[in-house]
Amino acid sequence: MTTTADPATGSAPPEGAAAPPGARPPRWWRLLGRDWAAAVAATVLGAVLLVALLGPLLIGDRAVRQNLDASLRPPSLDHGFFGLLGTDVLGRSVLARLVEGAGTTLSVAVPAVLCSLVVGSALGMWAGFHGGIRESLAMRLADAILSFPSLLIAVVVLYVFAPSVGNLVAILAVARIPVYLRTARAESTELRSRLFVDAARTFGTASWPIIYRHILPIALPTLLTVATLDFCFVMLTESSLSFLGIGIQPPEVSWGLMVAQGRQYLQTAWWIAVLPGVAIMLVTVSATVLAAWVRLATDPAQRWRLTLPRKRRGTRPVTPEVTA
Amino acid sequence: MPASTETETRAEERPADDPALEVRGLCVDLHTAAGTVRAVDHVGFTVRRGRTLALLGESGCGKSMTAQAIVGLLDPVAEVTGGSVTVAGTDVLRLSPGKRRKLAGPVLSIVFQDALTALNPVQPVGRQLAEPFRIHRGLSRRAAREKAIELMASVGIPEPRQRARSYPHQFSGGMRQRLLIAMAVALEPDVLLADEPTTALDVTVQAQIMRLLRDLQTEHRLAVVLITHDLAVVAQRADDVAVMYAGNVVETGPVREVFAAPRHPYTRGLLDSVPEHARRGERLPAVPGSPPELSAIPAGCVFQARCPLARERCVTERPVLAPVGAGRSAACHFSEELAHA
Amino acid sequence: MTVFLRNRIASSAIPLLFVVLGVFCLARLAGDPVDLYLPLSATEEQRAEFSAAHGFDQSIPAQLWDYLGQVVRLDFGESLRTGQSAGEMVLTAFPATLQLAAVTMVIAVLAAILVGSVAAYRPNSAVDRFSSLLAMTAASIPDFWFAIVGVLIFGVSLEWLPTSGVIGGPEIWVLPIATLLIRPFGVLVQVVRGSMVAALSAPYVKVARSKGASERRVVFGHALRNATTPVLTVAGDLTIGLVNGAVVVETIFGWPGIGKLMIDSILQRDFAVLQAAVLLTAVTIFALNIVVDVAHALIDARVRQPVQA
Repeated sequence: MTTTADPATGSAPPEGAAAPPGARPPRWWRLLGRDWAAAVAATVLGAVLLVALLGPLLIGDRAVRQNLDASLRPPSLDHGFFGLLGTDVLGRSVLARLVEGAGTTLSVAVPAVLCSLVVGSALGMWAGFHGGIRESLAMRLADAILSFPSLLIAVVVLYVFAPSVGNLVAILAVARIPVYLRTARAESTELRSRLFVDAARTFGTASWPIIYRHILPIALPTLLTVATLDFCFVMLTESSLSFLGIGIQPPEVSWGLMVAQGRQYLQTAWWIAVLPGVAIMLVTVSATVLAAWVRLATDPAQRWRLTLPRKRRGTRPVTPEVTA
Repeated sequence: MPASTETETRAEERPADDPALEVRGLCVDLHTAAGTVRAVDHVGFTVRRGRTLALLGESGCGKSMTAQAIVGLLDPVAEVTGGSVTVAGTDVLRLSPGKRRKLAGPVLSIVFQDALTALNPVQPVGRQLAEPFRIHRGLSRRAAREKAIELMASVGIPEPRQRARSYPHQFSGGMRQRLLIAMAVALEPDVLLADEPTTALDVTVQAQIMRLLRDLQTEHRLAVVLITHDLAVVAQRADDVAVMYAGNVVETGPVREVFAAPRHPYTRGLLDSVPEHARRGERLPAVPGSPPELSAIPAGCVFQARCPLARERCVTERPVLAPVGAGRSAACHFSEELAHA
Repeated sequence: MTVFLRNRIASSAIPLLFVVLGVFCLARLAGDPVDLYLPLSATEEQRAEFSAAHGFDQSIPAQLWDYLGQVVRLDFGESLRTGQSAGEMVLTAFPATLQLAAVTMVIAVLAAILVGSVAAYRPNSAVDRFSSLLAMTAASIPDFWFAIVGVLIFGVSLEWLPTSGVIGGPEIWVLPIATLLIRPFGVLVQVVRGSMVAALSAPYVKVARSKGASERRVVFGHALRNATTPVLTVAGDLTIGLVNGAVVVETIFGWPGIGKLMIDSILQRDFAVLQAAVLLTAVTIFALNIVVDVAHALIDARVRQPVQA
């Protein structure tokens, strides 16, 4: 744990960092640099995003190219860059498949999170702002969706309709809408009685402009934190579904599917199943750590924790040591 | 009940005019994002049994923090960095947490400002009131409960036996404050700190609460430290006053004398700004400006930026609290001028 | 309390109704429901016969009425695989899942309260940062992967634990429970920590300390009970989410519970059993929600009693 800002981690890629809009721009990355765990998490997410975007250009068709002579090679340095993490039973490079899988996984998780974020937040802020019957209706809908395990919704829907990336995104988005709906409603209910909203209303501003101008900016940091955390949940659900055989279907490649495919070779070729799991974990843990940091950094009441000198962080909550 | 007998004997041994609470040079530092600032700077005062000292000042002047430092309940960002707090003959700041806990209740007690959040929302009030007896006297659940009911009756809660089973949210603000006071005086402490006990209440209820505090004080000969920003409360209730500004005590003395002839320009400014003192048709005087940020407290006198008397000396040299008469002190280089003004 | 309970049951019943109707609609949305119930190889005659026998040739409102009647009677038709009553199959599989879930949640809640409270007691200390990181990791590990790696290490390499099945001593419980445990534990530690930090900095904790209460009394007597409310809510949600985990865990370890039954029915296109399993799960969740609400009311008087003037 270093307190000095490390130049490498201090300049973490902004795409993975979800800059808290509430904070003053020159400060958030400096805070990030102070928290090594959050800085590493941001770097990991940025790297995965880069790999998912640019990786397919580099690997060509290696993720699906079979080579039975190279079947089940363990990870080693002897077989070039793509043999680095070994091969599966059909001789396909695990590294290339991981890169390909990163793309698939993100192409499900990112749209799903964005959809539920936009729809859920809009609905929630609208419901919270107006209150009354509109609010109770929206909340009962959220309760109904949330009171049912998301995996089960997915299982039933994917049974009736065919599993495809589009269907997966749609199900995951619908299943997670309530999370944003509840958060946005809570913020909006609290804000609608504030003076600046009343002031806007007295001037005859319509409801959507008020929501957009006065409620959204305040609710956004919280919603983004929820989204970062939810990204993790969506990714885990997608990989669970793919693992169970009702998510991404071969010949497409996803990390969850790779674990399922490697499962029967677990005793002879552990790397096929273990490595994709490590990849999932790296991303999900990073997202969680970063979400925790964003929550702290965007909460004015909590931000001091990040700026305290290290020495003071370990003190007891109350009754500090007296140095009389 | 070893703790309380011990206290009583100690109280008897001490001469009558020995101060119940003596604070000397108390310093509290705040560790903030911008760095460490001093929120309470060498604050000192004494209170005798049966007497009331008012700690008067604007919000943010460090009066609440002083109180919390005395009872050892500061938030983690704050730290006591110097001074002594002598209660019942011992410096509590040097005691171990365990020994300090033994004094909390039977010797030193505090009433907080917001009674709704100061009462535990998920416990019946009877149980909360019984807690001091359970902790310090080792009473059985039932015996402590009886004591709690007596206590509720003594602070004027109607039907205490039934109400003991109720929860804090089922009481009115004034009743909650009564409960909180009852809890603080349960073990008949030597010293009671009341941190703005009436701020959150209606004016009529305020008067009732202040009367209750006064009755309890006479009954138990409590030494009371009354923390407030209300000049009227100070004038009616307190024997002595310590005026605080930006973490410093700027003037102390008997209320009557201090209010009659203030020897510090801040005290003077405060008194002048009371509407009753103003003359019709004239602009109500106010202390110009606002208190300094804790991070930007000047090297010289803390009040220099707003002071009508400020001169060169005030910028360079901080005035110390010096005697200006019998039992009175002020921290101003030019307090003599005020005396003749 | 009775009024409270009645209100809660009424409002919890709405989601249940949503699910019951949702299953009905889904089965009709997909086209001919006969496609769902019968194997792909069924002849036209078989289809027509099935359709008539189960009333799929009737109007939609009539079908809905029949369907609701079936749900009330817990009569979901017969399994295509075994010919057994679907409702019976589900009820047989149910206790295995229930045991697994109950043991997991009890361990998760107790362990999380312990770890979360210790972390919250000194916010930002080394212990706090370590347990937070541990909790975040636990909450983010893919359970299916954790299970197979667990099997690889403890079952295959070390041969300490069995790799699957329900026959044997208590050791067969270890890996399934550990797998189910990680996510609820990880999430709950964070919730406990958060609400304990809030509770420990609340004024009533200061008051308790000003009464000379010991730290144990402050933490367990005052703060913990106040911190329980959010923990209970999240624990309820996590128990619902446990069904997700149960599907995965039961599939991997061959645990004969409702999760395995569901996946098997999907893979073998046995819609009657799937429908029964989904609906029974919904009823269980409905009951669970009510239990959580009642627990809330017992812990916090503000929930059950209106404010008096």
